[in-house]
Amino acid sequence: MSAVPATAPAASHGRGFFSRAWRHPSFVIGGVLTLLLAGAAALSLVWTPWSPYEMNLANKLQAPSAAHWLGTDPFGRDVASLLLVGARNSILVGVIAVSIGLGVGGALGLLASARRGWIEEMIMRLADFTFAFPAILSAIMMTAVFGAGIVNSIIAIGVFNIPTFARVTRASANAIGSRDFILAARACGKGSWRITIEHVLPNIASVLIVQATIQFALAILAEAALSYLGLGTQPPQPSWGRMLSEAQTLLFQSPMLAVYPGVAIALAVLGLNLLGDGLRDLLDPRLTRKR
Amino acid sequence: MPLFLLKRLLTLIATLLAASVVVFWVLEILPGNAAQILMGPDASPEAVLAMARQLGLDLPPLHRYGSWITGLLTGNLGNSYVYSTPVLELVLERLTLTVPLAVMAMALTTVLALLVGVYAASHHNRPGDVGLMAATQVGVAIPNFWFAILLILLFAVHLKWFAAGGFPGWEDEGVLGGFKALLLPAVSLAVVQAAILARITRSAVLEVMREDYVRTARAKGLSRRATLWRHVLRNALIPVVTVMGLQFANLLAGTIVVENVFYLPGLGRLIFQSISNRDLIVVRNCVMLLAAMVVIVNFVVDLLYAVIDPRVKASDI
Amino acid sequence: MTHTPPLLEVTDLGLRLRTHTGTVDAVRGVNFSLRRGETLGLVGESGCGKSLTAMTLMGLQPEGATVSGSLRFHGEEMVGQSEARWCALRGDRIGMVFQEPMSALNPVHTIGHQVAEPLRLHRGLTSAAARKEAVALLDRVGIADAARRFDAWPHQFSGGQRQRITIAMALACGPDLLIADEPTTALDVTIAGQILQLIRDLVRERSMGLILISHDLGVIAQNVSRMMVMYGGMVVESGPTQDVFTRRAHPYTQGLFGSRPQLGMAARADGAMRTRLAAIPGNVPELRHMPPGCPFAGRCPVALPTCETQMPADTRLEPFHHARCVRLEAER
Repeated sequence: MSAVPATAPAASHGRGFFSRAWRHPSFVIGGVLTLLLAGAAALSLVWTPWSPYEMNLANKLQAPSAAHWLGTDPFGRDVASLLLVGARNSILVGVIAVSIGLGVGGALGLLASARRGWIEEMIMRLADFTFAFPAILSAIMMTAVFGAGIVNSIIAIGVFNIPTFARVTRASANAIGSRDFILAARACGKGSWRITIEHVLPNIASVLIVQATIQFALAILAEAALSYLGLGTQPPQPSWGRMLSEAQTLLFQSPMLAVYPGVAIALAVLGLNLLGDGLRDLLDPRLTRKR
Repeated sequence: MPLFLLKRLLTLIATLLAASVVVFWVLEILPGNAAQILMGPDASPEAVLAMARQLGLDLPPLHRYGSWITGLLTGNLGNSYVYSTPVLELVLERLTLTVPLAVMAMALTTVLALLVGVYAASHHNRPGDVGLMAATQVGVAIPNFWFAILLILLFAVHLKWFAAGGFPGWEDEGVLGGFKALLLPAVSLAVVQAAILARITRSAVLEVMREDYVRTARAKGLSRRATLWRHVLRNALIPVVTVMGLQFANLLAGTIVVENVFYLPGLGRLIFQSISNRDLIVVRNCVMLLAAMVVIVNFVVDLLYAVIDPRVKASDI
Repeated sequence: MTHTPPLLEVTDLGLRLRTHTGTVDAVRGVNFSLRRGETLGLVGESGCGKSLTAMTLMGLQPEGATVSGSLRFHGEEMVGQSEARWCALRGDRIGMVFQEPMSALNPVHTIGHQVAEPLRLHRGLTSAAARKEAVALLDRVGIADAARRFDAWPHQFSGGQRQRITIAMALACGPDLLIADEPTTALDVTIAGQILQLIRDLVRERSMGLILISHDLGVIAQNVSRMMVMYGGMVVESGPTQDVFTRRAHPYTQGLFGSRPQLGMAARADGAMRTRLAAIPGNVPELRHMPPGCPFAGRCPVALPTCETQMPADTRLEPFHHARCVRLEAER
C-alpha cells in the first residue's frame, strides 16, 4: 500500500488553488482587508489628503467634513492622513519583525530538526524558556533599556518572534523528516543541507506562511501597545497606537478620535488573521479537515 | 507519583534560577547606570561614583547577584532607588490591586470562554456557532487597551456609571467600591483573552466529539447533553487547561498596559514607571516576580493534568 | 409458536446522506427480520454500507441523513421516532459493540464506572448496586480479579481485554439484541477467536438476537446461521449461511469466495495450476456515481447490457434464500 514516491509531494498549487480560494470566505475577506492595508500604506507613499505633519491649531478637533474626511486631531492634523501613514508604519513593523523571526527562528528550527540530539534539546529549551517571559513585558524592558523608538520596537518584537518560528519550523520539519521520500533522498546520497533546502523547505512552506500572517498580526498589536505606552514610534511619525493615547485625554470632547485608530488596528489584524485561516485551510493537503 | 512530582519541582526550581540569571544579566547591561540617572547629566563623576557606592553598585556582579538571591529568599529586597522605601513594601502594596484584578479577569475569561466554546461546538455549523465564531474573530483582533478605551467611552463618559480611571483603595469606598473600580479593567482584559480561549475550547470539544468513546456513550443510551457533560468535557479540558496556563503570561502582560489606561496603581504600572525612572532594583524584583508567577502557574497546570488525565501519572513525561 | 412480533423487522430500509456535492443513497432496500435467539451476519467489503446499516438500526445515523422504510423493534416503528425514545432503547434493549477496542473506552473514567453507567442510567441503580452487578459482568466476560480491577483505567488493559469490557458494557442491562460491528477485526487471531466464542456463548445463554458484521467470511461461517451479502448499499444475496456458502448464487458472492487465499496449489478452470491470487477486477464505484441498475454491473464478469440500467428484481431461490441478479431470474 505504501510505495515510496519518487518525488516529494508538493503543497497545493496551480489553477485548482485559485478556484477554491475564491469560494473560501475567510480567505476572500482576509485578502481584501489585507490588500486594503497594503494599499493604504502604498498610497501614503505618494499621496495623502493633507500632510500628516502639518499642524494647524486653528483647525483643531474639527468634526468630519468635506475637507477633512475624518476630522482633525488636537493639533489640527488631518486624521485620515494620519491613518494612512500609520498603515505604512504598521506594515513596516510587521514585515521586518516577521522577517527577523522567520529568518532566525526558521533557521534555528531547521537546525534543531536536522541535527537532533543536544542541539535540538538546547534550542527548544531556550525557546520554551522565553515563553515564561510575557512578550510585551520584555519588549517594554528592551525599549526602555535601549531607548524608545520604532527601530528598537521592531527589534524587540522581532526577537520575540524567534522562539515561535523556531518551534513551528522544528515541529513541521520533524514531521516531514520521517516521511518516506526523505529517506529515499538520503539513500540517494544527498547531503543534509540539500535535502533541507530542496525537500523539507517546500513542504513546510505553507505552515510557515500561515504562521507568518499570524505573527504579522501580533506584531501590529504589539507595536500599537508599545506606541500607546510611548515606547514605540516617536512623534512626529504617525502611529495608530500613539493616536489612541493622545485621544484618551480628549474622550469627553472628541470621542471619535479614539475610535478611528482602533478600528484601523482591528481591521488590519482581523484581515491578517482571516487571511491566515483561509490559507491554512487552502494549503492544507488534508482536504477533509472539518472546520 | 511522588517521582513525577519531584521531577516537576526540580524543573520549576531550575527554571526560576535561570530566569533570575537572565533578568539580572539583561538589566546589568543597561547603558546608563542608575546612579548616573539619579544624579542627573550634570553631576560630577565623583558624585556619581559616591552615589554608586552608596547603592552598592561598585561591587562585582557575581557578588551582587548572590546577595540579591539570598535577599529574595529571606524577604529582603532592598530599597527603591527612587522612593528609598523597601521594595518589598512597594510591591506588596501594588499587589493588593493587581492580584484581585488578575483573578477577576481570569475568572471572567474562563466562564465566558467555556460557555461560548461549548455552546458553539454543540451547535456546530448552525447559526449560533457561525455567529459566535465571527464575534470571536473580531474579539481576537481588538487591542485590549482600545477595548478598554471604548469601555470608558461608553460606561464612564456616556453612561457615567463608572469612573474613567483611578482606584480608591479597599478602605475608602469599601470592598465593593474597590471591585467597582476594577470591573472595567477586568472586563477589557477578559474579553480578548476569552475570544482566544473560546476558539480553543470549541475546537477541543469538536475534536473530542469525534472520538470513538463518544459513540460508545451514545450507544449506551446517553442523550447528547449527557454525553457532552459526562464524557466530552473532561477530555476537552486537557488542551483547554494548557492554553489557560499559557494565557496567564499574556494576562500579566495585559495588566501592564491596562493599568496604564485606567491609571491604576498596580504592579504593572509600577514596573512601567520604574523602567522609565531607571529604578533598577524595583524593575529587577518585579520582573522576577512576574516571571515566577508565570512559571508557578504553569507548574500548577502541569499538576492539574495528573488530576484530570489518569494516563499522565503512568507515563514519565 | 405464538404470533408475537419479531424482535426486529426491517422493511425496505434506506439511508440518504447529504454531502457537499449532493444527496447520496448509502443504503437501499434492506429487508430482514430477526427473532430472539437468531443470528444474522452482514458481510461485504469496505464502503458497502454495512456499518451505516448497523448505525441506522441504533438510530445513530449521521447528522442530516434521512431514513426511509420501516424499522420495527418489538413491533414498534422506530423510523422517525423521537431521540428520547431511541435513548431509552439504546443500551437497554439494544446493545452495540464496535470495531476499535483501544479507543472505545473513555480514558478519564474507570472501566467499572463505564460498565456500570448503563445500569445507573436505565435501571436507576445506586452506585453500590450498580457496582455489584458490573463486577459480576466483568467476571462473566473473563476479566480476572474483577472486583479489584473495577477501579482500573482503560489504558491499563490490552486490546482483547478492552473488547471484553465493551461487551460487558453492551450487555449490562440484558438487551434483547446485540449488534457487533467488526468486533474482532482489530484483534490478533487467537484473541479474536476467544472474543467470538464469548459472544456466541452470551448470545446463547441469554437468547439474544445477534447481528454480526464482518468482511471476513470465516468469521461469518462460524458464528451466524443466516447471512446477507451487501454491495453498493444493497443486499445482493441473503439466506442461511450454509446455503449461501454452497450455492453462491450472486456473481459478487462468487467473486468474494473466489478471492480468498488458499493454502497449497489450487487448480484453475483450464486445468493449469493457479499461481496468482484471484481478485475481482475494478473498484467499488463511488456512491454518487452508482449506476441506476445493479451496483455490481461495472465489475461483473457475466453482466448483460441491461444490468447497468435496470435494477434486477429480488429472486427467491429457496424458501429463505434470495438474490438480486438478472441471470437468476432467467434460470427460474
